[in-house]
Amino acid sequence: MQVNDNNFQPVIVAFCCNWCSYAGADLSGTNRLNYPTNVKIIRVPCSCRVNPMFILRAFQKGADGVIICGCHPGDCHYTSGNYYTRRRITLLYSMLDFLGIERNRTRLEWVSAAEGAKFAATMQQFTEDVRKLGPNRRLEDLRCRKQ
Amino acid sequence: MQRIGVFVCHCGTNIAATVDVKAVAEALSHEPGVVISQDYQYMCSESGQNLVKDAIKEHKLTGVVVCSCSPRMHENTFRKAAASVGLNPYLVEIANIREQCSWIHKDIATATDKAVILGKAAVAKVHLNAPLTAGESPVAKRALVIGGGIAGIQTALDIAEAGFDVDIVEKKSTIGGKMAQIDKTFPTLDCAACILTPKMVEASQNEHITIHSFSEVSEVKGFVGNFTVTIKKKARYVDEVKCTGCGACVEKCPMKKVPNEFNEGLDNRHAVYIPFAQAVPKVATIDPNYCMMLKNGKCGICSKVCTAGAIDYKQQDRFIEQKYGAIIVATGFNPINLDKYDEFAYNQCPDVVTSLELERLMNAAGPNGGTLLRPSDKTHPHTIVFVQCVGSRCDDEKGKPYCSKICCMYTAKHAMLIREKYPDTEVYVFYIDVRTPGKNFDEFYRRAVEQYNVHYIKGMVGKVTPKSDGKIDVQASDLLSNEQLHINADMVVLAAAIEPDKTARPLATMLTTQMDTNDFFTEAHPKLRPVESATAGIFLSGACQGPKDIPETVAQASAAAAKAIGLLVKNSITCNPCVAHSDELLCNGCSSCEKVCPYGAITYQDKEFRMPDRTTAIRRVASVNPAVCQGCGACTVACPSGAMDLNGFSNSQIMAEVDAICK
Amino acid sequence: MNKNLKEQVLRSSGVNVLKCMRCGKCSGTCPSYDEMEYHPHQFVYMVEKGDIDTLMNSNSVYKCLTCFACVERCPRGVEPAKVVEAVRLAAVRQQGSNHLSPVQIPDMLDEDLPQQAIVTAFRKYAK
Repeated sequence: MQVNDNNFQPVIVAFCCNWCSYAGADLSGTNRLNYPTNVKIIRVPCSCRVNPMFILRAFQKGADGVIICGCHPGDCHYTSGNYYTRRRITLLYSMLDFLGIERNRTRLEWVSAAEGAKFAATMQQFTEDVRKLGPNRRLEDLRCRKQ
Repeated sequence: MQRIGVFVCHCGTNIAATVDVKAVAEALSHEPGVVISQDYQYMCSESGQNLVKDAIKEHKLTGVVVCSCSPRMHENTFRKAAASVGLNPYLVEIANIREQCSWIHKDIATATDKAVILGKAAVAKVHLNAPLTAGESPVAKRALVIGGGIAGIQTALDIAEAGFDVDIVEKKSTIGGKMAQIDKTFPTLDCAACILTPKMVEASQNEHITIHSFSEVSEVKGFVGNFTVTIKKKARYVDEVKCTGCGACVEKCPMKKVPNEFNEGLDNRHAVYIPFAQAVPKVATIDPNYCMMLKNGKCGICSKVCTAGAIDYKQQDRFIEQKYGAIIVATGFNPINLDKYDEFAYNQCPDVVTSLELERLMNAAGPNGGTLLRPSDKTHPHTIVFVQCVGSRCDDEKGKPYCSKICCMYTAKHAMLIREKYPDTEVYVFYIDVRTPGKNFDEFYRRAVEQYNVHYIKGMVGKVTPKSDGKIDVQASDLLSNEQLHINADMVVLAAAIEPDKTARPLATMLTTQMDTNDFFTEAHPKLRPVESATAGIFLSGACQGPKDIPETVAQASAAAAKAIGLLVKNSITCNPCVAHSDELLCNGCSSCEKVCPYGAITYQDKEFRMPDRTTAIRRVASVNPAVCQGCGACTVACPSGAMDLNGFSNSQIMAEVDAICK
Repeated sequence: MNKNLKEQVLRSSGVNVLKCMRCGKCSGTCPSYDEMEYHPHQFVYMVEKGDIDTLMNSNSVYKCLTCFACVERCPRGVEPAKVVEAVRLAAVRQQGSNHLSPVQIPDMLDEDLPQQAIVTAFRKYAK
C-alpha cells in the first residue's frame, strides 16, 4: 500500500494527568488554541497511572503516536508520581528500541495547568513529528485494522 | 446487559457551532449497550439534568455518558443528578467535547468525527464502570503537637479552645522553645518572656492540654483521623508528679560545671537543673552525662535534700501509646553551626558571638544579669560589629541557599537596644541587603539608622582577627565608598543562618510527609494550602516549614490549629472511592507496590487461603488502606502480577478507552 | 562593550558572574585591596557589564596576589580570583602590547615585590 504523506492522519493517544496536564489541555481549549484533531486525550489520575502496557496496546491497536503528559517535576499532586513515570518511560524507550519502534512515536512532556499554550504547541509539534514518521506498522495487529 | 444513556450537550453554540451534535448523538446510539441517545441545548441546566434523571428512571439505565464540557467543570453536577435518582454516581462518565474538541477545532466534519470517538471511548469505559461507595473512617478526637515552642503552644491553645484534647511533645525539659531565650521582640521591643510565659502557664493549666516534656515521638502508625503514636518519655530521674520545682536539689548539687544550654553555653549549670525560673513544667531534670550518682554511684545529695522524695535514680525511659486524629508538626529551627567559618574566628575568640548568644548576654535572666559584657574579660564593649547573612544566601556546602528572613530585623533590634542602653557604644552593621518587609518593619530599621545612629555599611566582613590586646580587627569592604575598612572592635556578632531542627528529618520519615532539600517541611500547596502537608491529617506550624518571625509563626500556628479543628470536629471522614485495591488471589507478595506508594497506604499481611486441592495455605498478600490511599495509581503499574488495580481508572477501563480511540 | 572579550574571559575563567549577589565579601577579604584600582567585586561586576578593556589597562590585574582568599570565602562560589586571572590572560594574549623584553626587567625589579606574588606566579604557570 502506498502511503500518501499529505493525507496521512496519524492516530495519537494522549494520556493526561488529572491535576496538571488535563487542566492544561482544558486551558488551551478555553483560550481557543488550535491543535490537530488527531490527538485524543485519556484522563488518568496521575501520569504514573500510565502502564507501559497501555502504550503498547495503543500501538498494537493502530495508534501512530502516544504522548504522556504529567505535572512538572516537583509539582506532582501525589508528590512523586511523575518521577516514576519518567523512569518507566526511559525504560520503555529502550524496549521500543529493541522492538524496532521509533522512539519518537512515544513522548513524555511536562505540562502544568497554566500551560495551555505549551500544550497546544506540544500537540502540534508531536502530530507533525508523527506525521513525518508515517504510519506505525511494526506493532500494529493487522487483525485490528479497519477495512 | 448494560443499558447506557448518552446525552450530548450543545452548550448553546459553544459545542454546536463546530460539532454536529445531532450526528454525534446518532452515531453513539449505535454503540453496543446504548439504549437512548439524546442531545439538548444546555445539559447542565435544571431541565437538562431532569432529562438525564428521567431517562435513568424510564430506561433503567446502568450507565450514563454525558458529552459536554470538561469533567473538571460538571462531573460532580451529573454525578449528583444520577445519585438523586438512585444511580451510583460513579457510573457516570463525561466525554469532554468542549474544551478538548469544539473550542480547539474549526472544521465541523473533523471535529464531529473526534467528538464521536471521544464519546465512543466514554461509552467503552462506562461499560466497565463499577458502582463505588465512598468509605468512611472514624476520627479520633485528639490532636498531637510535636514541638513546644511558641508555634506548638499557640496551636495547642487554639485546638484546646475548640474543646479538643491536645498533647504537646517537647524534647527539652521545658516548653517555650527559642522564644523563651529571646530578650525583646521586634518591632515593638516588648519583652519576649512577658508575652510568652503567660501562654506557657495557660497551656499547662488548660484541662485539654497534656504536656509531655523531655519526650520524643518514637513511632507513628495509622492515617488521617486514626494515628497511633508512641511517645518516648525519656528518663529525667525525677518524678514529675512529686517534684514541686522548689530547686533545693539544684542548689545543693555539687556538680556545677555543666555548660548551660539555655544560655547557649555562656555559663554553667548544675547536673540537676531547671532550665529557667518560668519553666513549664517546673520540674527538675538530672543530666545523666554529668550526675556523679548516675555515673559512678557516688553522691546522692539531691535525693537527701528533696523533701518531696521525687528523685529516682532508677527511672527508665517510658513509652506511652495514644490515638490521635491530627498531628501538627512544630519542630522549629536552630542557628547553624559556624565551625566552618574560620574567617569569622567564631571558634577562636569568645568575643565573637552569634545573635542568639547576644540575646542571652543582654537578657536580664542571662549570664550577666542583663548587662552587656564581653564574654572574655567581662568588660563593657565600646565598638560592636554586626555581620549579616552568615551562612544565609550561600551557594556552597557551608551555608544555606535561602534567606533566613529574621536576621535583618533582630540585628536592627540588637543595634537599637545597645545604642539605647549604652550610648557610648559604636555599632556597625555590615549588610548585603536590608530586607524588612512586614508591618512597621522598615520604619523600625530606619529608626535604628536615623534615631539611634547605628552605622549601616553596605558590604561584607571578609576577615575577623583576634588581636593580642584583646581587641578584634574586623576587615571589611565598604562598597559605596569603595574602600576597605579595618574596625578595631570589642565584640563581633554573627547573624547565623537558621536551619530546621535535626529531629525534623527522621520525623518526616515517620510521618511520610515531604521535605525540601533544606529539610523544611513542604506544604501541600505553596499558595493555597500553606499549613497542611501533602499527607492528610498532618499540619505544619512555624519555622519547621520555612524561616519565620514570631508574628508569622503565631499566625501559621493558629491557621494550622483551625485546619486541625476542621478535621477533629468530624465524626468520620469520607474517603475518595477511586483508590487502589489488590486482588488477593493474584498477589504474589513481592512488595513492589509497597515500595512505590508515597503514602504508606499498602501493608502486607499473612492470610489463610483455601487452595484448589482443599488444603489451606498462608500467603503474604498486599492490602490497601482505602482511607490513606489517594488514588495515584503508581502501585498498579509497579505490580508485576496485575493484582493491583485502581477503582474508577482500572486497567480494563483505560484499555477500553485506548481501543475505542485507536479503532 | 567588547562582546568577544567578555566571552573569552568568561570561558577561560569558567566563572558564572551572574551568581554574584554583590555582597563585597571578596573585597572585604582581599589583602592587596589598597594596591588595586579596581577591586575584586568590581572585577566581577565589570566583567558582567563587559567593561574588560578598562580592567586590562589597569594595573589591578597585576596587583592580585592570587591568594584565593576571595575564592575561599565567596558565599556564592563566584571565584573572583579566576576572573582576575582570566582578564590578566586576556591582556597577555593581546599581541603587540604589554610585552616586556628581558633587558627591561632588572630596572623594573621592585624591593617591595611580595614573595607571594613570585610564588603564586610559579603556582599558576607551572603544571
